Amino acid sequence: MALDSKDVVKIAHLARLQVAETDLEAYAAELSKILDLVEQMNAVDTSGVEPMAHPLHMAQRMRADAVTETNQREAFQAIAPAVEDGLYLVPKVIE
Amino acid sequence: MHDLPIADLAAGLREKRFSSRELTAHFLDRIERLDPALNSCITVDHDMALTVADAADRRLAAGDAGPLTGIPIIHKDIFLTKGVRTSCGSRMLDNFVPPFDATIVERLAGAGTIMLGKANMDEFAMGSSNETSWYGPVRNPWDTTRVPGGSSGGSAAAVAAGLCAAATGTDTGGSIRQPAAFCGTTGIKPTYGRCSRYGMIAFASSLDQAGVLARSAADAALVLQAMAGFDARDSTSAEEAVPDYAATLGDDIRGLRIGLPREYFGEGLEAGVDASVRGALAELEQQGATLVDISLPNAPLSVPVYYVVAPAECSSNLARFDGVRYGHRCEAPRDLEDLYKRSRAEGFGAEVKRRIMIGTYALSAGYYDAYYLKAQQLRQLIADDFRRAFEQVDVIMGPTTPTTAFRLGAKTDDPVAMYLNDIYTIATNLAGLPGLSVPVAPVDGLPAGLQMIGNYFAEGRLLNVAHRLQQATDWHRAAPAEFG
Repeated sequence: MALDSKDVVKIAHLARLQVAETDLEAYAAELSKILDLVEQMNAVDTSGVEPMAHPLHMAQRMRADAVTETNQREAFQAIAPAVEDGLYLVPKVIE
Repeated sequence: MHDLPIADLAAGLREKRFSSRELTAHFLDRIERLDPALNSCITVDHDMALTVADAADRRLAAGDAGPLTGIPIIHKDIFLTKGVRTSCGSRMLDNFVPPFDATIVERLAGAGTIMLGKANMDEFAMGSSNETSWYGPVRNPWDTTRVPGGSSGGSAAAVAAGLCAAATGTDTGGSIRQPAAFCGTTGIKPTYGRCSRYGMIAFASSLDQAGVLARSAADAALVLQAMAGFDARDSTSAEEAVPDYAATLGDDIRGLRIGLPREYFGEGLEAGVDASVRGALAELEQQGATLVDISLPNAPLSVPVYYVVAPAECSSNLARFDGVRYGHRCEAPRDLEDLYKRSRAEGFGAEVKRRIMIGTYALSAGYYDAYYLKAQQLRQLIADDFRRAFEQVDVIMGPTTPTTAFRLGAKTDDPVAMYLNDIYTIATNLAGLPGLSVPVAPVDGLPAGLQMIGNYFAEGRLLNVAHRLQQATDWHRAAPAEFG
């Protein structure tokens, strides 16, 4: 599976990664190589095989619908890049 | 003191031959003198370690000590440590000081261990050589021109160089066992769900598991004992009782059936590694084990399957690093999209970006069935191979890695060649089984590892067999000359 620079632009956008124009071709080549490795999967017919969801076939536990965590907003916001009045700051989203 | 088994260190502490403060200072001094040549630690906190050691000494004096009270260890920098920077080897988290502890950190602290510092690692645990760390590569104490393996390379190098009594690690595709093999240490990756993932920075959630790197199986058993067990804060934590690993360490292994998968002894395996592994197997045979030829026909597909599953899950897990709540944020973002894109581009290194992009692609509209679904089906077939094998044998063994440690820079330009390093270790993670690596006879002066794979929750058995091997041999006691 060969990816080109256009594919990389699209994937990088989906992944919200800025990729410099000059790096596009290198990424395309590297990602294509990895996909070539992945292509080996097609050597095996898996029709009818149940995909594995969990190695131990465990069901998700349910817990009681009760408050167990206390509010730690200040501790969590102390490590944020930008906060004001208990709110996280981001560039203006709505004009 | 740095080369003594943990049980001897604990006895020394109890008998007041030395204090935990003295022991801790001894390791801190070694780190200061020796680690500049290795770069195995990202963060070392002298003052905190000595303060905690004093508390351990008070517990010892009060007769309230357990088997790990006062024992200095190092945590891989993937585990959150409250108040101590946790970088995950990434620029993204260079400024991240967690507001809480990982469960295993909390448990090991509760058991009385002293945290000396945080171990270097491949960025977000993505790598097999420790060369993807933002903090620079770790060097192998056996030959500092070579890699220590990865991603728990700092942990393995620190244990091998006697900078701590033991270290924690994580293993998503071989990240405990491969560096353990490259550095001549004993490393165990438990069954998926055995140790809590709470507070362990997620890479590929269906594969990630915490474990231990130590100087012997007996040491690893003591540390694992304190880490393992159910945790309600991890939704995939196993509700399975933890047996007393020390109690079965010395069990007889007569009649043990060891399966040798043909696929693990074929093309690509270095002759020297093959010979050393067979030497260890012969020793186990001598003790009454029998060797059985088995096949894991789908195991060769584990690398391609892994490079779908792990990147897919990583692309989803690493979406949380958005430059908003914590971690790296770019300067002067124009708008929200620019904030995301530049913060992530600046915060993540090349390998992490490659895997995020592969995962994003594999999960994007129209490709899910061809990649992720197909990989999860193959994963089922790989697990079925193991299930059938364990009807025939008790433990599966083979080499941990096809070669000994390679030179720094040897594979950095070829991601796929780097990935093939984990060819023998990945299947275990895909099936969720426990695996352990023990040192065997060195090959041209470099360590090599024997891998043991057990059935689900058979950690006790693996530690037992490894311990029996280590009682009859002294490969695990070898120390690198400059760090002895």
